Amino acid sequence: MTILAQAANASPPADSFASVDALVQGLAGVGYIASRRIATALYMSVHLQKPILVEGVAGVGKTELALSTATLLGLPLIRMQCYEGLDESKALYEWKYGKQLLYTQILKDRMGAELADAAGMDEAMERLHGMGDMFFSEPFLEPRPLMKALREDDGCVLLIDEIDKSDEAFEAFLLEVLSAYQASVPELGVIKAKTPPIVFLTSNNVRDLGDALKRRCLHLHIPLPEASLERRIVASRVPNIEERLTHQLVGFVHALREIDLRKSPSISETVDWARALILMHADSLDAAMVRDTLNVILKYEQDIAMVEPQVSELLRTAQTTP
Amino acid sequence: MQHQMEDFIRALRAADVRVSPVESIDAHEAVARIGYSDRELLKDALCATLAKSEDEVARFDRAFDAFFARDPFDFATPPPPPEGGEAAPPEAKLEDVSEEAAGSELAQIILAGDSTALTQAMERAAQAAQVSEIRLSTQKSRLTRRLLDEMGVAEIEKIISQARRLEGEGGNALADRLEAGRKIVAAEAQRYVQRQHDLYAAESGRQLREELLARKALNAEGGIDPVDLQVMQALVRKMAKRLADRYSRRRNRARKGHLDVRRTLRQSMAYGGVPFNVVWKTERVDKPKIIAICDVSKSVAAAAQFLLTFLYSLNEVVDRMDAYAFSGRMIPVNQILDEHGVDKAILEVLKLIGFQQTDYGRALQDFAENHLDKLDRHTTVIFLGDARSNYADPRLDIMRTIHERSRSVIWLNPEPESYWNQGDSVMNRYLPFCHLAKTCNTLDQLERIIEDVLRQYVPH
Repeated sequence: MTILAQAANASPPADSFASVDALVQGLAGVGYIASRRIATALYMSVHLQKPILVEGVAGVGKTELALSTATLLGLPLIRMQCYEGLDESKALYEWKYGKQLLYTQILKDRMGAELADAAGMDEAMERLHGMGDMFFSEPFLEPRPLMKALREDDGCVLLIDEIDKSDEAFEAFLLEVLSAYQASVPELGVIKAKTPPIVFLTSNNVRDLGDALKRRCLHLHIPLPEASLERRIVASRVPNIEERLTHQLVGFVHALREIDLRKSPSISETVDWARALILMHADSLDAAMVRDTLNVILKYEQDIAMVEPQVSELLRTAQTTP
Repeated sequence: MQHQMEDFIRALRAADVRVSPVESIDAHEAVARIGYSDRELLKDALCATLAKSEDEVARFDRAFDAFFARDPFDFATPPPPPEGGEAAPPEAKLEDVSEEAAGSELAQIILAGDSTALTQAMERAAQAAQVSEIRLSTQKSRLTRRLLDEMGVAEIEKIISQARRLEGEGGNALADRLEAGRKIVAAEAQRYVQRQHDLYAAESGRQLREELLARKALNAEGGIDPVDLQVMQALVRKMAKRLADRYSRRRNRARKGHLDVRRTLRQSMAYGGVPFNVVWKTERVDKPKIIAICDVSKSVAAAAQFLLTFLYSLNEVVDRMDAYAFSGRMIPVNQILDEHGVDKAILEVLKLIGFQQTDYGRALQDFAENHLDKLDRHTTVIFLGDARSNYADPRLDIMRTIHERSRSVIWLNPEPESYWNQGDSVMNRYLPFCHLAKTCNTLDQLERIIEDVLRQYVPH
């Protein structure tokens, strides 16, 4: 579950977080074109040591932001995908039952020899207490993502993906981890992070998150980008694309977003589409080409059926958008 | 600046952005780090710390722009010195008027045409006059006067009249300039108070109106004022969203405290039969299934629109709901609610079957013939109607079937209980077949009852 990000390139991470502008540039250096608002939120989150809750429709680059930050800082990224039914034992820690079992067996085997010469029951008990209890100890602890993040001494980027899919109980459990960067294991005590991780939580708004959680986080809503920003994103993600094609493509996607669709194409779809068009050696958009590749940007049959007759018209509007 | 931040947070709260003390500490820390120099940066940083949802971000942006809009004073440039040097007598100096006049700060500002100083003076005076405490629009003129008093306008007036009495033309020239300046200050003060009102009070006025509307009887004489209609519909939508939020969460499994022997044994295989993982029996919480049946006939005409709005909103947020409407005949309206926007959908329903003679028996029969299979022991049936059946057969037998086949039957009647069973109302005859029957003629009641319904009558 730990992905070691590529060590950051030439610029040392400390510089990237000196100011918001530097951060925008730093993120651009690792391939993430951020708006000022995104960069400011990230900047505040690092300096105030607060988790950052990222909301937005699917595919606007919420997860990508965490990945890019990890790359920029050269820190490991620890990712935890949330789902219904996720609980402590899968998120924080688990005991290594198998090894514990073996340990008790070894203990049983050795016990006879150790206690053979004990005079009476009392002495045997005393010796038993003196042996030290290994059963619940760090070696038998199986750390899960949250625990791993707390134990990264040099800090890390912790991505808690799609927190809205988890249960309320889990949300409450997260509060301790997020506000104090510590977790309590009843058998061992409190485990506290030496360097607080940079925490990203993402949400698709499947359900409203609790106020307590929201209060502890900075909030960042990533909207669908403006045309100019999106062109830069496409250019950065698909390096060998021609400028004219980028213009047409982004214009067309923006025209699509004006239509009432079941699922409007977001940035990831735009990028996928650009890649697909490059593969097909297209250097400009025409109606036939768009019709053939509509399934890359639209994910529902009804949407495709609705858009198909309007393709030529949309292409025309796309030409006129600035 | 501390004071400014506090005012801004208050303005945010007034604009319905919830800001907790922790968040305001965050905001202060953020500001301490980035400073006030870069406006965009300040806005983005405060936004990240204070606005916690998409709606709040939009409201935050509006409040920020309004609050930090410091359009500079439009100080008229001092009147050009009269042309043709000799005709113009030299303007009198403040010192010539009186000693107090020379000490008057405002007079000096006006004469210097210093808009920055005037802005600051006004901010100071506004704090002293507590302009930001404004709550009602009727306070505007009084607060403007207080603000001007604090700024020392009375003093200026005195100076003007003194200057007019001075010997020579110079006195009059000075008086004219002061007079012009005074007018500008007065206008600015008015604008300032207006802006404060927009920031702090406009929203609270709206809240007050919403509160009143929530308690207003839906079937009041003459119906709902068209002006209030929009507000009320928004209110209904908010209510439905709140309800849905609250109970759509209860979907995970509930622990029952019973050992699940089969699964525990299965799990223990990996550890040589030692039951390390103890598995408890769990139960999936049922999502409630609701059937809402709404009367849209003449007798409930005023309430019908709102019942339908509520139906619409509930339909948006509850997964498993079937909605029906009737006056003479009953039709399923799910499709209409799904396909159109709220206004259109309501019109559409009313056009199809609205405002006809009620016939509860007929409607129940329609339901029994076509949709009875929708009922099972998980279903909650909600009737919204006045049970006025125009003396037609109320078909109690069908009501009994519905009662027997469903989890619970709830009847919400817009009429007060004392009217039940008077005239052509058959409410009391339906009563035995309802698990709960309540009067419900304001939005507040509607919300409370539906909440009870979701809590108690929905399978846990």
